[in-house]
Amino acid sequence: MASASTSKYNSHSLENESIKRTSRDGVNRDLTEAVPRLPGETLITDKEVIYICPFNGPIKGRVYITNYRLYLRSLETPLFAFLNEEKFNVDGWTVYNPVEEYRRQGLPNHHWRITFINKCYELCDTYPALLVVPYRASDDDLRRVATFRSRNRIPVLSWIHPENKTVIVRCSQPLVGMSGKRNKDDEKYLDVIRETNKQISKLTIYDARPSVNAVANKATGGGYESDDAYHNAELFFLDIHNIHVMRESLKKVKDIVYPNVEESHWLSSLESTHWLEHIKLVLTGAIQVADKVSSGKSSVLVHCSDGWDRTAQLTSLAMLMLDSFYRSIEGFEILVQKEWISFGHKFASRIGHGDKNHTDADRSPIFLQFIDCVWQMSKQFPTAFEFNEQFLIIILDHLYSCRFGTFLFNCESARERQKVTERTVSLWSLINSNKEKFKNPFYTKEINRVLYPVASMRHLELWVNYYIRWNPRIKQQQPNPVEQRYMELLALRDEYIKRLEELQLANSAKLSDPPTSPSSPSQMMPHVQTHF
Amino acid sequence: MLGKGVVGGGGGTKAPKPSFVSYVRPETRSCSVAQTGMQWCDLSSLQPQPPGLKQSSCLSLPSSWDYRYTQHAQEIHTNEKEVTEKEVTLHLLPGEQLLCEASTVLKYVQEDSCQHGVYGRLVCTDFKIAFLGDDESALDNDETQFKNKVIGENDITLHCVDQIYGVFDEKKKTLFGQLKKYPEKLIIHCKDLRVFQFCLRYTKEEEVKRIVSGIIHHTQAPKLLKRLFLFSYATAAQNNTVTDPKNHTVMFDTLKDWCWELERTKGNMKYKAVSVNEGYKVCERLPAYFVVPTPLPEENVQRFQGHGIPIWCWSCHNGSALLKMSALPKEQDDGILQIQKSFLDGIYKTIHRPPYEIVKTEDLSSNFLSLQEIQTAYSKFKQLFLIDNSTEFWDTDIKWFSLLESSSWLDIIRRCLKKAIEITECMEAQNMNVLLLEENASDLCCLISSLVQLMMDPHCRTRIGFQSLIQKEWVMGGHCFLDRCNHLRQNDKEEVPVFLLFLDCVWQLVHQHPPAFEFTETYLTVLSDSLYIPIFSTFFFNSPHQKDTNMGREGQDTQSKPLNLLTVWDWSVQFEPKAQTLLKNPLYVEKPKLDKGQRKGMRFKHQRQLSLPLTQSKSSPKRGFFREETDHLIKNLLGKRISKLINSSDELQDNFREFYDSWHSKSTDYHGLLLPHIEGPEIKVWAQRYLRWIPEAQILGGGQVATLSKLLEMMEEVQSLQEKIDERHHSQQAPQAEAPCLLRNSARLSSLFPFALLQRHSSKPVLPTSGWKALGDEDDLAKREDEFVDLGDV
Repeated sequence: MASASTSKYNSHSLENESIKRTSRDGVNRDLTEAVPRLPGETLITDKEVIYICPFNGPIKGRVYITNYRLYLRSLETPLFAFLNEEKFNVDGWTVYNPVEEYRRQGLPNHHWRITFINKCYELCDTYPALLVVPYRASDDDLRRVATFRSRNRIPVLSWIHPENKTVIVRCSQPLVGMSGKRNKDDEKYLDVIRETNKQISKLTIYDARPSVNAVANKATGGGYESDDAYHNAELFFLDIHNIHVMRESLKKVKDIVYPNVEESHWLSSLESTHWLEHIKLVLTGAIQVADKVSSGKSSVLVHCSDGWDRTAQLTSLAMLMLDSFYRSIEGFEILVQKEWISFGHKFASRIGHGDKNHTDADRSPIFLQFIDCVWQMSKQFPTAFEFNEQFLIIILDHLYSCRFGTFLFNCESARERQKVTERTVSLWSLINSNKEKFKNPFYTKEINRVLYPVASMRHLELWVNYYIRWNPRIKQQQPNPVEQRYMELLALRDEYIKRLEELQLANSAKLSDPPTSPSSPSQMMPHVQTHF
Repeated sequence: MLGKGVVGGGGGTKAPKPSFVSYVRPETRSCSVAQTGMQWCDLSSLQPQPPGLKQSSCLSLPSSWDYRYTQHAQEIHTNEKEVTEKEVTLHLLPGEQLLCEASTVLKYVQEDSCQHGVYGRLVCTDFKIAFLGDDESALDNDETQFKNKVIGENDITLHCVDQIYGVFDEKKKTLFGQLKKYPEKLIIHCKDLRVFQFCLRYTKEEEVKRIVSGIIHHTQAPKLLKRLFLFSYATAAQNNTVTDPKNHTVMFDTLKDWCWELERTKGNMKYKAVSVNEGYKVCERLPAYFVVPTPLPEENVQRFQGHGIPIWCWSCHNGSALLKMSALPKEQDDGILQIQKSFLDGIYKTIHRPPYEIVKTEDLSSNFLSLQEIQTAYSKFKQLFLIDNSTEFWDTDIKWFSLLESSSWLDIIRRCLKKAIEITECMEAQNMNVLLLEENASDLCCLISSLVQLMMDPHCRTRIGFQSLIQKEWVMGGHCFLDRCNHLRQNDKEEVPVFLLFLDCVWQLVHQHPPAFEFTETYLTVLSDSLYIPIFSTFFFNSPHQKDTNMGREGQDTQSKPLNLLTVWDWSVQFEPKAQTLLKNPLYVEKPKLDKGQRKGMRFKHQRQLSLPLTQSKSSPKRGFFREETDHLIKNLLGKRISKLINSSDELQDNFREFYDSWHSKSTDYHGLLLPHIEGPEIKVWAQRYLRWIPEAQILGGGQVATLSKLLEMMEEVQSLQEKIDERHHSQQAPQAEAPCLLRNSARLSSLFPFALLQRHSSKPVLPTSGWKALGDEDDLAKREDEFVDLGDV
């Protein structure tokens, strides 16, 4: 749904909306010669055109004008990513190597091991092949735990703190159900996780849902970890709403920015979309996770219902706050590959690539919301991220574009079956082969700095450069003047350094001839002095 | 008794550091304080002590210090009453007198969503309320290099006090007049939006009475103009006021200044400066010198005491001018009305001479903002920032946008900017003179005319130009600062923050087009604070006449030398040169100077705007000054613009839209015409001014200052490289001019820099404490299950 609704506010670039709408359908229609016509509808003319779709880029197609409608049929076959023959000098598919990433985190160690139990996606078909689990839990334990977790998504490690060894663990909801079922293995397993960092304190469980929803989930077999069953755990609800609420909220955002930007009642209409409120709650949740882990007081387990939407948002944002590595361009790519793509955020269902059913209840802008949160953070900490706004925008553009294979399909097992890495190009190939364009000149690398954004409405803003970028009235200063000035200065500095070096060379040559010349002041460069 | 606890510390008299810091709430986490203590040491050891502060060495507290405090908190409170605090000295300005004081007052300091207290002395002088506590040492770090030399950060000038509340048995009440009962807690809301909370529970009853009634009296009772601190200060500081020789602000108090301005704007062809009001013989509301249309007979000025006279504000490069006029007194008598009418007709003919000159009248008294609206909006708006505690902050956070909107302050800003764009369009695109009309021509006239000039005249965007603009339009324009700021507390109804509204409009422009202004938002913020400092004459008179008549001294004891009053433009009075660098925008690049030959073309310096509706047909507006000139000529001769006068309002809107959109569709020339964006998302809250004292709103190590400091660092580096190169070229030792840099260690500056005095020292995140607001109509969605999709099919 997100693709349909977001693209709608870009359509002023076309005079006629129907062209655009049908184009979407057209992409996936079979290539039958005739236009499907209503009784009485007659074709007037047709013409070959290139439609510049704001998300998909140019699409070749044929416009059919009938006495009833404009109809654009794309000449391209479904999912362009499989036809894409672009060549880049970098292969984006090699960016993420789970073993390497876990090794970077210092894993495996005494308490955590890498397991291949899910090699053939037998334990959990939506999890990656490679998982990190407590050393003390056997493969059989894992299998038993899997029976008690929704869709077998057992608690596995996402991130470990390099010093205090507390961890972020992600999973899905326990299958407690109405009767309040218990599972000794699951209880034991969580206790094992708690003990890995030798803290006596309780394990903190963040349930991303509002408590009412968590309770309601019991009716369908789900639920949450009760105090009685899990003595050594503390449960908090983070009140983040479900995918349907988010979808409707974004729709309302679209309504206030397209076709006209609301003027005098802008603020109250912005508030009525609740979009920033949701952002605030997601950020607040992530801050809580990050704070708990960084304080070293206890390990954290995060889940929502299935552990692929809100959970991915929370873990990846918390990791972004905690680990400066993820704030670099490659680090962020790895973060997305790991927490979102490999752990089975259902991109295909949420975005609906190649699916004509726009009103599918599965559509939801969860990943967009995550990127929005990242943008809010980068706005609050403009020197902390290696990438710029353009980087985030291009990720979102290609989230919908189907030009790259990166966001296709719902989980790793499906991608493997479709041989995505062989048959498509990765988005990271495009980005990494042209990195300069996506770099933030102000980036200052600060290792071990924890970033806590302020999750207050006073600081959260609508991402105008993304949501309203097609409106000519809202023209953003591109490039940003501070950035522009900084780049000028950088160039000037480099030029001066070059000139200074030249002068030094010339000077030293001169100096070696007449030895009487006045010696330079204290800041004489060392290599000049070696002449004497 | 005194020796008990740490606080007593040898009777509390001669200890090098008075340790009155204490915890009110025992549950306060001890770790954060230990950290704080450490941090103070670190920072202050790096930093030399500022000379003004008579502080001894930095706080070096034992790690168990805070712990002991927590334990003894209750005891200490009871024991401390007799502790004297001689160590902290009160700095008095020349002429300043101590009126009353109270000791063992506890000032609340917000930290990490819990409050702790600092003991000290609360004093009230005839200039300020000051708290002399012990926590100042915490601020001997980088951030406080942006220190105001006149106002310490625990000082509140009497004019800066907005509301005073007392807390009686947990209930907050406004304090005014005579009190029967004295509060246990005093809350002071300041006009610069600081909130001070003082606990008086441990203060002697006598002292509480004296200080509370003293503060209430001196801040809230109506005052006489002559009793302003301004005069005692000027009398006492007569000899040591040094005026900044670098201050080139045009004050517009001489005929020469007006002639200079006429020449600068090329207005001297059609307008003349007159001295008919010298000595305020004609009118007390007008300045001694001003500018009128050349054909206007001077005796007309006297006819209605300056009313009904078009007064020149500014001339555009194309010859059209901005004028203002105060309305004629309202008369019932038909005869007089007739006379008025014919008088006005005569006046009109001097400026309305089609086809050469056409005038459009903008009546700002009707169909535009009313002062009442501005007052109501601001009083609602400011409440959003006067926050007493963390709970209040998070409670209002959820409804933040609708609260903002319901104040309609931002909408008022938008309307002002829009009006200014409309007038700009008339002058720029339609070559019309615009006459602003208002009852006294001293409120919205000042606001709109200065905004128009700021948009059209790049000179006004330099610091000197901006200051001159304020002098011309506001100070000499007779804006009633004394009444509008309610400095004398004589009439609350007259208090309307028109000037603040202007500064907020300017901030929107500065925020949207940062490279166009020589000054920074910090400059605007400190300028807004300077409204309440009664040592500067700039904002303490209703008119130049009032100022001049009050300049003479009272009494016969001294020679009749006129008082030397400071102007706010002398920034060295408030800030050290180092701090002043923060007022200068590093992004601003001066317009490259044209050489003599090109100077003729100066008239057409706003080249980019020439491609506006009227002149659209031109092929290359960027070139061809001369073509431009002939074009105007032709248009004048053809008299095309007559038709423009007969505009329906729809057409007006269209013109406005066309003008606005066409400007925004081009790239911005920062030295040309500058228009603000006025769409909903573009009008923002002036965060620096309004959020600066709220610790919850602080982004530690983030905010715009992070990039700005990187920029300054780079500038410094480039500069030093340049110096090195110069040195090599001239092979002589150039004096090492160390560029002042306030922004060292930038990584940990907070977003509120340079005002973040209520620093959160620990790195704990601020977490919203309030819950989720009901979704309303979305409730059914919220209750829905996430999904039940069988994953087998993928």
